[in-house]
Amino acid sequence: MRYLRENWVLYLFVLPALIYFLVFHYWPMYGATIAFKNFTPIKGILGSPWAGFAHFERFFNSHFFELLIRNTILISVYVLVAAFPVPIAFALMVNQVDYAPLRKTLQTASYVPHFISMVVFIGMIFLFLSPTNGMVNRLIVFLGGEATDFMGSAAWFRHVYVATEIWKETGFAAIIYLAVLSTINPELHEAAIVDGATKLQRIIHIDVPGIVPTAVVLLILRVGRLMDIGFQKAFLMQTQLNVDASEIIPTYVYKQGLLGAQFSFSAAVGLFNAVINLALILLVNQIAKRVTGNSLW
Amino acid sequence: MGDSELSPAGAGGPALDPVLENAPRRRGRLRASAPDRVFDAVNVAILALVLVALVYPLYFVVISSISEPSLVSTGKVTWYPRGLTLQGYTRVLRDPNILIGYRNTFIYTGVGTTLNVTLTVLAGYALSRRDFRGRNVITGLIVFTMLFNGGLIPLYLVVRNLGLLDTLGAMVLPTAVNVVNLIIARTFFATTIPDELLEAARVDGCGTARFFFQIVLPISPAIIAVEVLFYGVFHWNAFFEALIFLNDPDKYPLQMVLRDILLRARLSQMMFTGDPRELAEIQMLAELIKFSAIVVASAPILLLYPFLQRYFMTGVMIGSLKG
Repeated sequence: MRYLRENWVLYLFVLPALIYFLVFHYWPMYGATIAFKNFTPIKGILGSPWAGFAHFERFFNSHFFELLIRNTILISVYVLVAAFPVPIAFALMVNQVDYAPLRKTLQTASYVPHFISMVVFIGMIFLFLSPTNGMVNRLIVFLGGEATDFMGSAAWFRHVYVATEIWKETGFAAIIYLAVLSTINPELHEAAIVDGATKLQRIIHIDVPGIVPTAVVLLILRVGRLMDIGFQKAFLMQTQLNVDASEIIPTYVYKQGLLGAQFSFSAAVGLFNAVINLALILLVNQIAKRVTGNSLW
Repeated sequence: MGDSELSPAGAGGPALDPVLENAPRRRGRLRASAPDRVFDAVNVAILALVLVALVYPLYFVVISSISEPSLVSTGKVTWYPRGLTLQGYTRVLRDPNILIGYRNTFIYTGVGTTLNVTLTVLAGYALSRRDFRGRNVITGLIVFTMLFNGGLIPLYLVVRNLGLLDTLGAMVLPTAVNVVNLIIARTFFATTIPDELLEAARVDGCGTARFFFQIVLPISPAIIAVEVLFYGVFHWNAFFEALIFLNDPDKYPLQMVLRDILLRARLSQMMFTGDPRELAEIQMLAELIKFSAIVVASAPILLLYPFLQRYFMTGVMIGSLKG
């Protein structure tokens, strides 16, 4: 009782946030039970009749199922393979720049794209990749190639997605690696210099081993989010012509659920994705615990 | 106390920018070997290209927004603006939708960020206190929402049940606390407020609330700045909540208006009467408007950015500590 009398203020401090999480996170988790019902807004969650796994079965049997899973995994793996190493390389290179103004300029410039809103960013992509006036196509034509409608092509969608991802997020992702590099003991480098090691040798034998642990943790986190692609970018990049490659579970849920008002069906699709995500991250955490000896939380 | 080495964002923040301040200066100035000179040359050359690739698209948007659209669309504007015109800007700034969007975004950003920072800092402090009974349970409850969520449709139904559709509430309440930002606040307080300080205050009969508001907050401007920055940028760029929860165009934030201008510029084609020359002209004007709209929408954030970069770095660094 004495504890409470002295510390009730702490509970008061945490209460608004706690209410927020209960209302806007745990209530929807309860609401996700409509995935197992034939929900109609008039009857409410409790009043709507149970449907069992009917909505899930319908989803698994629809031809969209394979397409959505395939698109999601392809985008995710592509980002993982192509975009993940770039910030590491960028950080290693920036770290070797001795001329401070250039280093500072590089860092500042590389964070800027992170602050550009997704809407503006995708708007810029459409402008730059325009088949008629876009600068990219003008360069291609100038070099003797043929103008391509990048945004109107399912075949190009993933390449554009990944390339623009690299442009936007490399600087932001490199911050952590640069910070780790700055903690490497300078004596290691001094000793290596005395032994006649070149910069490249020092990067390979000192800097890279120094950031590998951080990179591994980030990689594991990334793998845990393999099925979790943000809605906004794919949605805003989507055109009728590239939809075969750009339709992912979140965009599908939005269209079926909010535009098509199929609440229960799209809740089932969303729940399926959420469960896969949870399973993946728990699995990955278990593996991380075995391999690296420490878990992510 | 506040300016102990633990404080990641002390006034001058020397420890902030790890690469700039702490990087060991290890250049072999006196005897750079031949391989090193080759390495440096290649490295700097590649990075210079990277710098151009980062900056040029943004620069191109700016010069295109003040250039004669016909010169832009025929590729004659490359390095500097040509045929100066402010037509794009006058059209954008006279557009009632843009003005409404700007006004709404200011309101959402102001109200939302205030709410965010208040809730986050209060809860972050409470959860940072090791003597706070139940903190592990509450933290676990909060962190679990990062791993699993009910999904879009159930969230939409909650917002609708609360009568928040098409209101300010829909834009600020469903995103009232961000878990990552909360953990950043918690870690900040846990690492910068020494237990001895609390003990000393207790001996003097200072209660929890007074301790927090009169001692902890005044020495923690850095975490406030970090949270304001993260949440502020989020609200300024927010699009998803508006797409899902707003139907009334009078409530649309800037990003929704921008989406109509940038990505659904169908109006310009609808104005087309059949003369192909006219179509080309309308298209060019539409592009000019797009370039100007991008600048108008991004300028506030990008102009503030150099002043806020320090706090941005602080936030990322604290966020990377394991709480």
